[in-house]
Amino acid sequence: MEFFIQQLLNGLTVGSVYSLVALGLTLVYGILHIPNFAHGALYMMGGYVTLTMMSKSGLPYWLAIVISMIVIGTLGVLLERLVFYPLRDAPPLHDKIAAIGILLFLEAFAQFVWGADYQTMPTPYGKVVNLFGLTLTAQRLLIITSTIAIMVLLYFFLKKTFIGATIIAMSQNREGANLVGININKVAMMTFMISGSLAALAASLASPINLVFPGMGHLVILKAFVIIILGGMGSVPGAIIGGYILGFSESLGATYISNDYKDIIAFVILVIILTIKPTGLFVRRGQS
Amino acid sequence: MIAVLKQKKIAALAILFALAFPLLIPNNYYLHMMTLSFIWMIAVYGLNLLAGYTGYLSLAHAGFFAIGAYTLAILTVKAGLNFWLAFFLSCVISSFIGFLVGLVALRTKEHFFAIYTLCVGYIIYLVIDKWDNLTGGVRGFIGIPSPANIGPISFQTPVSQYYLVLFFLLLVVFVMYRIVYSLTGRTYIAIRNSEELALTIGISTMKDKLVSFVLSIFFTSLAGALYASFIRFLGPDIGYISVMFDLLIFLLVGGIGTMSGPVVGTLLMTSISQQLQFLQDYRMLIFGPILTLLVIFYPRGVVGGVIHWKTKRTENNRDSRVGKISSHSSNEKQVKEG
Repeated sequence: MEFFIQQLLNGLTVGSVYSLVALGLTLVYGILHIPNFAHGALYMMGGYVTLTMMSKSGLPYWLAIVISMIVIGTLGVLLERLVFYPLRDAPPLHDKIAAIGILLFLEAFAQFVWGADYQTMPTPYGKVVNLFGLTLTAQRLLIITSTIAIMVLLYFFLKKTFIGATIIAMSQNREGANLVGININKVAMMTFMISGSLAALAASLASPINLVFPGMGHLVILKAFVIIILGGMGSVPGAIIGGYILGFSESLGATYISNDYKDIIAFVILVIILTIKPTGLFVRRGQS
Repeated sequence: MIAVLKQKKIAALAILFALAFPLLIPNNYYLHMMTLSFIWMIAVYGLNLLAGYTGYLSLAHAGFFAIGAYTLAILTVKAGLNFWLAFFLSCVISSFIGFLVGLVALRTKEHFFAIYTLCVGYIIYLVIDKWDNLTGGVRGFIGIPSPANIGPISFQTPVSQYYLVLFFLLLVVFVMYRIVYSLTGRTYIAIRNSEELALTIGISTMKDKLVSFVLSIFFTSLAGALYASFIRFLGPDIGYISVMFDLLIFLLVGGIGTMSGPVVGTLLMTSISQQLQFLQDYRMLIFGPILTLLVIFYPRGVVGGVIHWKTKRTENNRDSRVGKISSHSSNEKQVKEG
């Protein structure tokens, strides 16, 4: 039983990271209706920026994360301005290909600047904590708690502030939002900022457990896509729930089925979902 | 009419050049590069049929390329089948897998289709990577035989292999040409332009999409099987997403949804890669932005750009002569070109 709960906790940790990445992806999809294939590259860049801030400038972990969030958020805004904005009227195929181009560039860039090696990120939270007879590192606790904190913050931001309301309005109806005087360019930039920051945060939190390397975003972004299809493209609660569902099924699958094939689980789930419902689960009405 | 004659002339010249290439440049290295780029062209034609003409961006084609290659390897080495039988079977088997995938995948649209096929591609890669007993896993698969003799013709020398691959390439181009300029091709273009409209005018879109998908995979796996017999070594990396992106870049640079795009794009990009060899893994530093900029400024690639420029020029000429009546014939031409 304890072993089982330990696995659940693992799933909770992994699921938290997935949820953060998927949240950024789903926000961008909600606003611009593009699947941002470059989101995984933003995640990867986030990990590297945090690592560089810590190792080169000797900044403390938290400060490095904040800087990384700002840097990657700005990078996201730049992408929106330089790539996705000019492509706003193009056929959907073009957005996807442009995003793939960015992904390839950022990966080569990371390899060029930081090298192809796997690097470890030090963390001040390496201690092992005993909690109700369960052992887990403080880093995992940190991931779970800060993810929940960020989700609550994001919820209040979207529901209770004016800027948040404009984001929701635009995801509901782009033209309508424009008609009532919302500056859709500003909202799009804002969304990319948030999306990039979330990716950077997720990477910085997960890197001390995993590793930092140029291809670290591949699997994460694929799984994030699975999650937002599971939770409904553009739906915020869907991304959170989907992230945890995937986290749990992976950690349980790795234990009880096969560790080698644990990465396949996500894709098998996706294939099953799309086989049964081609537009994904929980699609909001009027929006497919 | 003159334009059509001119196109035929250019095509004939290109074929002549390809036939004479080993005589003109008797250099094994260049011959090797040409053969390899012909193989990629076949795969890109496969992708073009689906993404360019039918409008469904599949990101699983590298996976099917790998299935074609690995099936040939397994059938010849492990099952000891006759080469050409195995060659034929590997195309059929991957097309059948493609058929099964397509049945499900084609129910999805646009983004969902791209994501779905991306995941299918990744599953194929993971299975190849992890299924040690069958595929050799990360160690790779060695000892694949080169093509068996057909009667007195043997395919042991680089020159004969070059002609073999060229033969398949011309065959694929011919079949593509016949498809695209037939009612079937028109049907695909109709589906690309608007699936709802296609449905209302009585096109059974699901059936046509499925045929296009399976054909596209047939071409791609044919390229995969040729690749396996030409390189004679396989690693799971040929099914990885980076190969998929290479194919996409070739297609886009040349011109998506154009007949000559795959040839132009592949030749251009492989020769540029040769020039940029010192960059090795960093070549994406240049190719990535090229891809993005192309999509923004020249979404139809090199060939599309040339066609656009030509139609504009003839339109201007005609405008000055006849007035403005002809502006819609240029639209017609654009539709024709895809």
